[in-house]
Amino acid sequence: MAGTAEAPSTNKVGLQKKDYAGSKSTLCIGCGHDLITARIIDAAFDNSIKPENLVKLSGIGCSSKTPAYFVSRSFSFNSVHGRMPSVATGTALANRNLKMIGVSGDGDTANIGMGQFVHVMRRNLNMVYIVENNGVYGLTKGQFSATADKGSKLKHGQVNHMHAIDLCALAVELGCGFVARLFAGNTKMMKQVLQSALAYKGTAFLDIISPCVTFNNHEGSTKSFPWMKSNELAMQDIGFVPAYDPHYEEMDHGDERVIKLGDGSKITIKALDKDYDPASRTGALQLLAEHHESGKVPTGVIYLAGETPRFVDHLGMVDVPLSSLKEDVLRPSKSVLDEVMDSLA
Amino acid sequence: MATAQAAEPQTRTIVNDLVLHVATANGSGSQTSNMVLLRSLFQMGIPISGKNLFPSNIQGLPTWFTIRANKDGWIARKQDADIVVCMNPDTSDEDAETARKGAILIYEETLNLADKRPDCIHYAVPFKKLIAEACPDVRLRKLVINMLYVGVCAQLFNFDMEEVRKAISTQLAGKQKAIDLNVPAVEFGYKWAAENLKKADPYRVERMDGNKGKIIIEGNAATALGLMFGGVSVVTWYPITPSSSLCEYLDEYLNKYRIQDGKRTFAVVQAEDEIAAVGMLAGAGWAGARAFTSTSGPGISLMNEIIGLAYFAEIPFVICNVARTGPSTGLPTRTMQGDLISLFYASHGDTKHIVVIPSTPKEAFEMGGEALNLAEEFQTPVFILSDLDLGMNYWMSDRFDYPTEPFRRGKVLDKEALDKLNGQWGRYRDVDGDGIAYRTYPGTDHPKAAYFTRGTGHTPDAAYSEKPEHWKSNMDRLARKFETAKTRVPKPEIHSNGHAAGLIYFGTTTEAVREALSALDHQHGLKLDLCRLRAFPFTQEVEDFLHSHERVYVVELNRDGQMRMTLNAELPRFAGKLRSVLHYDGMPLTADNVVQQVVSMEREK
Repeated sequence: MAGTAEAPSTNKVGLQKKDYAGSKSTLCIGCGHDLITARIIDAAFDNSIKPENLVKLSGIGCSSKTPAYFVSRSFSFNSVHGRMPSVATGTALANRNLKMIGVSGDGDTANIGMGQFVHVMRRNLNMVYIVENNGVYGLTKGQFSATADKGSKLKHGQVNHMHAIDLCALAVELGCGFVARLFAGNTKMMKQVLQSALAYKGTAFLDIISPCVTFNNHEGSTKSFPWMKSNELAMQDIGFVPAYDPHYEEMDHGDERVIKLGDGSKITIKALDKDYDPASRTGALQLLAEHHESGKVPTGVIYLAGETPRFVDHLGMVDVPLSSLKEDVLRPSKSVLDEVMDSLA
Repeated sequence: MATAQAAEPQTRTIVNDLVLHVATANGSGSQTSNMVLLRSLFQMGIPISGKNLFPSNIQGLPTWFTIRANKDGWIARKQDADIVVCMNPDTSDEDAETARKGAILIYEETLNLADKRPDCIHYAVPFKKLIAEACPDVRLRKLVINMLYVGVCAQLFNFDMEEVRKAISTQLAGKQKAIDLNVPAVEFGYKWAAENLKKADPYRVERMDGNKGKIIIEGNAATALGLMFGGVSVVTWYPITPSSSLCEYLDEYLNKYRIQDGKRTFAVVQAEDEIAAVGMLAGAGWAGARAFTSTSGPGISLMNEIIGLAYFAEIPFVICNVARTGPSTGLPTRTMQGDLISLFYASHGDTKHIVVIPSTPKEAFEMGGEALNLAEEFQTPVFILSDLDLGMNYWMSDRFDYPTEPFRRGKVLDKEALDKLNGQWGRYRDVDGDGIAYRTYPGTDHPKAAYFTRGTGHTPDAAYSEKPEHWKSNMDRLARKFETAKTRVPKPEIHSNGHAAGLIYFGTTTEAVREALSALDHQHGLKLDLCRLRAFPFTQEVEDFLHSHERVYVVELNRDGQMRMTLNAELPRFAGKLRSVLHYDGMPLTADNVVQQVVSMEREK
């Protein structure tokens, strides 16, 4: 209609898409990471996440810069190389109500950060842990990381002779309840899985193959856009149904799996190839092992358990954030000190 | 027949002044026996201290426990013991060899030490035979054999047996079965000694009134209590001797006293390593918790990168370094003040930190809470510098005073404050000119609350910047913050009477220095003024002390004089006045050591 601007759409918390924007990316033009950033913005907006309840955490590297590029209204902590998981753990201890997005890279997680990665997978924090996986170090100009496939080549011809670390297999092994492998070029699947992961009340681990256009997009790389376009095996057609959607019926969707997430929303998973059951841990590990040999990269939800108790539940903490507690609660009474002193007299 | 042989005739009686040294094997249950001896003396009103000397091992290796009881309140370590109880056959030869001339040796009679040290006083006791009589159940003998020497010592040195029984009950926390096993063993040893040993030494203890209102506590427990009453809410830790018991005490106290409607008002998390422990503190301090971990030197080394991040990103948390000896694993069960420089200036780039230095359990309690205040007030990591001697040994202390000062949570903007400011604020703006900026907690319900926290260069409004002027002005503000800290950290304790020579000391050298000062005065006619440091950065009072003395001794437990180096670096114009009094063999300081070094330097002055 001439003369009247169409009102921009708002989500359930009354915010527009622009309220989820971040600073302009400073990564290379065409970087896979920017595709992920864009889908995080979409997912956060569509899930109507209140930015004040979201925190972004990262380590060091190209991927770890990206929290600056989305949802500037959320707190963010760009911490130390390989140590984002511990910083996230501390944040969760201080404020159990926060939803966290942890962004890391393959070097930040599988090399320097391996120790903290495996331990955070055991804890089950309320966090989406994303590895933007390109198999190389970008900021230091193109060295292999530990997720580089055996036989893959660097830009100048060096060949990796060591086995790749499969972060998805480790996450499944260590008890993570939501594990997906994605390709940054498959933005539709990425968006649906990100929305589901944000709705999941626990640690969701997303290993997203995100090609580095500068140092690892050549022939001989198994993390390049061309390689992934010909070798991605999209296993599932994934949908996300928000909690507030009144039209969706759980039943009557044929062979689709419908799994409820913690906030009342649902993820729908329709197997495209064979009937892969993402609820099976052993099935997940078998799938990953098989494809190490085939060279194909299955993408989709590798493993999705029902929701399990979180770290903060095991710790038996009060329901409110520890950061909100005041002196009246934090300092025991004088009679307590008297009692302790008497016992030592 | 057991015999007591006197090497020299008994000419005098020494009352309430003894050092008792017990040699046993690690894991033999001797800790209970030794604590019963210590508590009994304490309950009799005699000032005491109890020091462990233990191996880095669980079972079987030699371990020693030294009790000093002294009517004048001198409870520092002494070089030589008056009484040596040799219960460990593996070390008895060496224990006997190293005993001072005229010392009293109490030992299993088959060890036959009389020939080896004819210059000592001997009480040979058939412990193995006696335990068979005292404890019919073979399986339990190993557990109670050490109670026999408690009984023998109690009889020889005139302990009040009622106090011994009470001490057993306290030590075994009212566990009746254990009490019923141990009390008769002590009584058996006591009775045997009365009937079989002829008193041949001058030592005895008598009830006095030196301990009114006192408690016995380890420094680690005291620090833990200080933190609990200081409102600590997130505790992370990785086990490392000698700090582990601090977080274990803290966990125990918090679970007992900080439960609300059945739920914990705290989190205690054992991390996978020290890097994760301090990473968790960074997250927790950033998100508004009062966060704490304890560690020792090697742990501090591992934490260094995140300590630097927290200094620069301005995140509060507290780390207690219960220091041990040496680099690497060093002597993990010995004491040292060897981590001064690695704490004061921990991490890379320009960093310096607030460090509080307790010297007694009472101060450890007070500084536990104060460190949490300073961390939040200055939005920075704050360290408590303790050591094994304070942390793991038993100290007599005045009862702790209930803290009445409100918590100082620092400059935090909540939703209402942000509303008033119309959201106009910058995380690193120096609004008040004291170098301390305002912060917000993640989760604050205001669209302008959030800011980006990073270890990279940033503007006063927390935006990324590599501009030289932003970098420099931010570093200058951090220096300004440190200047402000000089006015708020604990001031030194100074005793000044206008003498020309001064002596600076800190931490667990306090008892030895106190005793040494008296000896220097009474035996050598040397009078010194005292300055006990209680914090880094140094306050104006430290500068004044250096200014007003011709020469100043700096007493510390390390090889290189790290405190002296730091004083030189921070207050260079006084460098020529400083002289080091050093001790670094892993053992606590003795008064004699201080006296010898000071006397020799005073002669050369």
